[in-house]
Amino acid sequence: MTRTDLVVSVSPHVKQRVTTATIMWTVAACLTPPLILSVFIFGVQTLLITLVSVGACVATEAVSQKALGRPVQVRDGSAVITGLLLAFVIPPGVPWWTPVTGAVMAIFVTKALMGGLGFNIFNPALIGRAFLVATYPVMMTTAWLEPLRDAAVFKHVGPGVDAVSTATPLHVLKHYGMSAFIEKFGSLSTVYADFFFGLRPGCIGETSVLLLLIGGFVLIYKRYISWHIPTAVLASVGLLTWIFGGDTLFTGNPLLAVLSGGVILGAFFMATDYVTSPSQKAGQLIFGAGIGALTVLIRLKGGYPEGICYAILLMNPLTPALDQWFRPKRFSAGAP
Amino acid sequence: MVIDLQAARPPATFPKGGVHPKEWKDRTAGLAIEKIPPPPRVCLFLKQHVGAGCEVAVKKAPVSPPHDNLLFSRHPGRIYQQLVDRKATVRIGDLIGSTGNHLGAALHASLGGRVEGVVDALHPMTGKAPAVVISGDPEAVAPAYGFEDWRRFPRRELLDRIRRAGVVGLGGAGFPTHSKLDIDPQVALDTLIINGSECEPYLSCDHRIMVEHAAEVIEGAKIILTILGIRACVIGVEDNKPDAIDILERTIDDHRAENDFRIAVQPLRVKYPQGSADQIIQSVTGRVRPSGQRSSSIGVIVQNVYTTKSIYDAVVQSKPFYERVVTVSGQGIARPANLLVPIGIHLADIVAYLGGTTDALAKVVIGGPMMGFAVSSLDVPITKTTAGVLFLTRDEIDAQDYGPCIRCGFCLDACPMGLEPNMIGIYVEAGRGAEAAQFGLVDDCFECGSCAYVCPAKRPLVQFIRLARIQIREAERKKEKQK
Repeated sequence: MTRTDLVVSVSPHVKQRVTTATIMWTVAACLTPPLILSVFIFGVQTLLITLVSVGACVATEAVSQKALGRPVQVRDGSAVITGLLLAFVIPPGVPWWTPVTGAVMAIFVTKALMGGLGFNIFNPALIGRAFLVATYPVMMTTAWLEPLRDAAVFKHVGPGVDAVSTATPLHVLKHYGMSAFIEKFGSLSTVYADFFFGLRPGCIGETSVLLLLIGGFVLIYKRYISWHIPTAVLASVGLLTWIFGGDTLFTGNPLLAVLSGGVILGAFFMATDYVTSPSQKAGQLIFGAGIGALTVLIRLKGGYPEGICYAILLMNPLTPALDQWFRPKRFSAGAP
Repeated sequence: MVIDLQAARPPATFPKGGVHPKEWKDRTAGLAIEKIPPPPRVCLFLKQHVGAGCEVAVKKAPVSPPHDNLLFSRHPGRIYQQLVDRKATVRIGDLIGSTGNHLGAALHASLGGRVEGVVDALHPMTGKAPAVVISGDPEAVAPAYGFEDWRRFPRRELLDRIRRAGVVGLGGAGFPTHSKLDIDPQVALDTLIINGSECEPYLSCDHRIMVEHAAEVIEGAKIILTILGIRACVIGVEDNKPDAIDILERTIDDHRAENDFRIAVQPLRVKYPQGSADQIIQSVTGRVRPSGQRSSSIGVIVQNVYTTKSIYDAVVQSKPFYERVVTVSGQGIARPANLLVPIGIHLADIVAYLGGTTDALAKVVIGGPMMGFAVSSLDVPITKTTAGVLFLTRDEIDAQDYGPCIRCGFCLDACPMGLEPNMIGIYVEAGRGAEAAQFGLVDDCFECGSCAYVCPAKRPLVQFIRLARIQIREAERKKEKQK
């Protein structure tokens, strides 16, 4: 007398409530406050760029899953995060359609063709950004905007965007030095406060250190990410900038290095991408330290003022190797 | 040395891995053990233990004269003693199956009545298995068991009584207890751990045994200590059972002056799988069992608390192990309970006694929710190792489809044995399960399910691990053939 209404499956029969979608949507929620702030700092067009980016990513995900004969699972929120992160690393003064090709590159080439969720080697959003930098090099490196201090959020809507473009702190620092930096952004004490709250030129979602830190701490508190990678990135960026970032050894400004550019966004939201980062704690520390070192190397010696994007992309393919080298410690390893 | 029982012992736990599922124990933890009336029939599997299956006829040495009361069948050169025959009348506690000299446990009638024969019955784990069916006689009277002073028995007699009673390990595996305790005196043992952690959610039968039969548990522990020739015993109990800890400590205190056994209760932190042998040994003693070796190699024997009580029954009362307490719980049963049932009772009879199932019933699990087996029929009998029958509703179970591994690493943190369930799953999906042996699952994985419990992609990791085990075995067999 078999009852067909009874579910039969392998143990365990109870599972915790958190699902892939829960994690993805929580990350997306943690990215929302910085997005809202960027509307007030750079204008309402950042919202449009972000919506285009998210829309393009979700559409690409749906089409590629359909085309590759996989179940369409855009509701898991993974493409939404890629869309948000891609928009977050784009300058706020670009035309609204800019993210579309980057989204196709991020979702279709970097993720879907590699086997879909869980099988990509590189961080999709960063490949999207790298592709956009290669495709629109001038726009992607010059369309910066001065932060709005009067909440005139519609200022940059319409033509005439080029007229207000400015330079990022790292660009000024790299090419004109500290005196020019202070001339443009003010004394260091006001700079720290401004940069911490997000009042500086930069990519759409990277400027507000405060809100990004809150989001990052929420993810750590909920144990969706561990502290190892962000801490290692920040520590190594700070330490190496302090040693090599000044005119002589040990005179660099580590605080400024962490507050400017995309280090906070990269450390908490990009380097911690599950698929493209190691899962063992020791591997994560080395992964994070490597990202920090490459970031400082590119900033100080490379052609770009900011290096976090390429640093993460260069460390991503080391993930399988780091997971191989740092295996979990077996229970019986503690035996006599 | 006398252990100071007044000293507060901070709860102990194991360091690596583990999960915290919702406990659900308050539904049954406070309910006293309740004896179910005899069912119309029982169905006793010939194999409900580790080792060989029981035979209903056993080979007799030709020298011993045949007993008149039993039926005999002759084979060339050998005499078989038929333990049961179709339509034979049995009383509760009669021997109906034996494994002779093989590893295994004796089987006894759990119901007085008529033997209907040996049939292939639905088995909760293996599909179908041979079982003796007994239909009850309403006139049958329950046997009465006396008490004997076990202290005058030699060690061999203690072991023999356990063997004759068919006691098996009730913590899950069902290893024959007399074989487990019959350890070479050369092996240096120092500590007996009585496992009262009962870490599976929902289950409360061990809890009730500790609360209602604390004296038998303590005496049982002393019997085991005598067999093993050691004096130190620690009873590990998760600290969500403060009443059990309290009553055990008071019972130990009451009898402390009697002898020189050193028995103490160690509270354990609530963390699944606290009751696994490796984990409770580490929690209590800090020692770690080397992979592939027995716990006796590090001087420890672990015995489940209910097994300990059954050892007392077997030795002191000569009572065979034919009935046990089963926790019946879940939102899908009209009335949850801790039921004393005869081994071999069908789930349908338990359901009928407890007022039926609710409409929302979605899954029936034999055992705990983390390691138990789901069944598709109520026509399944319980076995010696069934600690619980759970009637779970859609809200209580997880029936979501699984997705791809997102490499979050949650399972790596959850695995108490330091294995890599994520990689095992990926290898199995890629059709390369045989290569998953490198992740150590052959020796170390005991399928606690912590990995699958935490997996956000809801991947059936325990199923993947079982598939990997099958593929590893097949690959080894193939290699053997080629040699």
